[in-house]
Amino acid sequence: MSNNVNITNHGLKYRQDFAIIAGWVDFGSKVLDLGCGDGQLLVYLRDSLEAKGYGVEKDDANWLACLQNGTNVIQMDLEDGLSGFENQSFDTVILSQTLQAMHHTEKIVLEMLRVGREVIVTFPNFGYWRNRLQIFKGNMPVSKTLPYQWYDTPNVHLCTINDFDNFCNNYKISVIERKVITDGNDVSLMPNLLGNLAMYRLRSTE
Amino acid sequence: MSENNSIGIVSPQTAHFSEPLTLKSGEVLPQFDLVYETYGTLNAAKSNAVLICHALSGNHHVAGKYSADDKYPGWWDNLVGPNKPLDTNKFFVIGVNNLGGCHGSSGPSSIKPRSKKPYGASFPIVTVEDWVNSQSKLLDYLGINRLAAVIGGSLGGMQALQWTIAFPDRIKHALVIASAPNLTAQNMAFNEVARQAIITDPEFYDGNYYAYKTVPRRGLRIARMLGHITYLSDDAMGEKFGRKLKDKIKYSFDVEFEMESYLRYQGDKFAGEFDANTYLRMTRALDYYDPALECGGDLSKVLSNVKAKFLVVSFTSDWRFSPERSREIVKALLDNELTVSYAEVTALHGHDAFLMPDAHYHNILRSYLSKIEFNDVK
Repeated sequence: MSNNVNITNHGLKYRQDFAIIAGWVDFGSKVLDLGCGDGQLLVYLRDSLEAKGYGVEKDDANWLACLQNGTNVIQMDLEDGLSGFENQSFDTVILSQTLQAMHHTEKIVLEMLRVGREVIVTFPNFGYWRNRLQIFKGNMPVSKTLPYQWYDTPNVHLCTINDFDNFCNNYKISVIERKVITDGNDVSLMPNLLGNLAMYRLRSTE
Repeated sequence: MSENNSIGIVSPQTAHFSEPLTLKSGEVLPQFDLVYETYGTLNAAKSNAVLICHALSGNHHVAGKYSADDKYPGWWDNLVGPNKPLDTNKFFVIGVNNLGGCHGSSGPSSIKPRSKKPYGASFPIVTVEDWVNSQSKLLDYLGINRLAAVIGGSLGGMQALQWTIAFPDRIKHALVIASAPNLTAQNMAFNEVARQAIITDPEFYDGNYYAYKTVPRRGLRIARMLGHITYLSDDAMGEKFGRKLKDKIKYSFDVEFEMESYLRYQGDKFAGEFDANTYLRMTRALDYYDPALECGGDLSKVLSNVKAKFLVVSFTSDWRFSPERSREIVKALLDNELTVSYAEVTALHGHDAFLMPDAHYHNILRSYLSKIEFNDVK
């Protein structure tokens, strides 16, 4: 499934996670990006893979930025589910670093698997050693991937890589590929301890 | 809004069509007039035209004024003008009064050819489809093959949607605002009450009140008052009027609350300037519009030949054309893998919000319209 398209940088800030996601998306795919922010990922996938993309974004300012970036964007709240999208109507549905801020975590993952033939989920690994160290020292972790204080964080469902593996197991979700990165570098040794960002490529188990 | 981005003094024009127009009802209009206004300049390639479709009580006078001391500019003047969201430095904007209207286009109050009398009740019932067909004839008349965009709110949004269905090759972008793919029973019910108010007015005379030199003013007034209630949200009315009294409570049925004063003012103003037969027809056009009907209610199927790109906008407090109804349109567009963006604007003003110059809303329209590209070489 993976393609070997040369990912070029179209004046965008190069992001390792974008490149990995692009590697999991076929050329010319139809992609749905949930919580798409200002639409940079969709722009990247469009420019590099000619992906036909739609974004979903709740925030007014982000929504407008998407429109100005030339991406299709639907304003809605992901917590309400994806009832506006048909079963298996997208090649890939992406939830990039938003899972931890969702109240209805199970619902959104199952909805993504309903709408997309494949699903990409990325999240900050709460089991990363720097997070553990801060907790060991007695504080809630604050870092580049978790940039909030405990009292103003939108994150409500933080998890570790082990937790998410168990989640996939419980819900009979197939993990096609998993990548764990720290500061842009692949982590293969003890990913739940040494990995900062977890990236999953998923599909329903038939 | 400063004066220097107003389009300035404008004047309406009339296009006469002598070819018969067969209406959806099967009736035929042997000839008809359409009154329209234009703003900005049509480019050499005739590719920068934008059509604005009006709602229930609107008309062709979208922007600008008729004289220097004209107190009221066109109904969407906050949107249309030089450097405004719909920029007349870029686009050639067309406003048209729909068939059945009462502002110059052929309608119940206009003189029936060769009779010297108004059409009155004999003017046929017109539909959204008929309007779009007649608008396409206006484009032919103006020598415009393809519109850069069609924009409409409410009933105007239905026309924009219909444009994409009826003339997929003549429209590049559709901006469907505060609209719906058809009316709900509740929405139609308001229309029925409005019509009953007019039809049961003793001065209606079965629609031929012109001959009696009178108008069903009471009915029209009540119809408009009812309309105004549904165009505002509870919160907007609360903020605007609340329970404010004009004076002390007098224990009477006179105007005592500010809200009553507003409704009566709006009702009186409207009854003095709008034609009751037109109002009946406009509400019927709303009721009848249901493009999915021919495909067993499957809107996605009806849109399968559509090529236009869409911007769909709804307003959170609009309960007459609620966001849910706009989402139905978006769903059908997504099912057809069409290019679409959808904004749900947080707004207090209910259905009326689509006419308000809310900064975020206008930013959305400005951003979308500024991205529209057209070839301006002949």
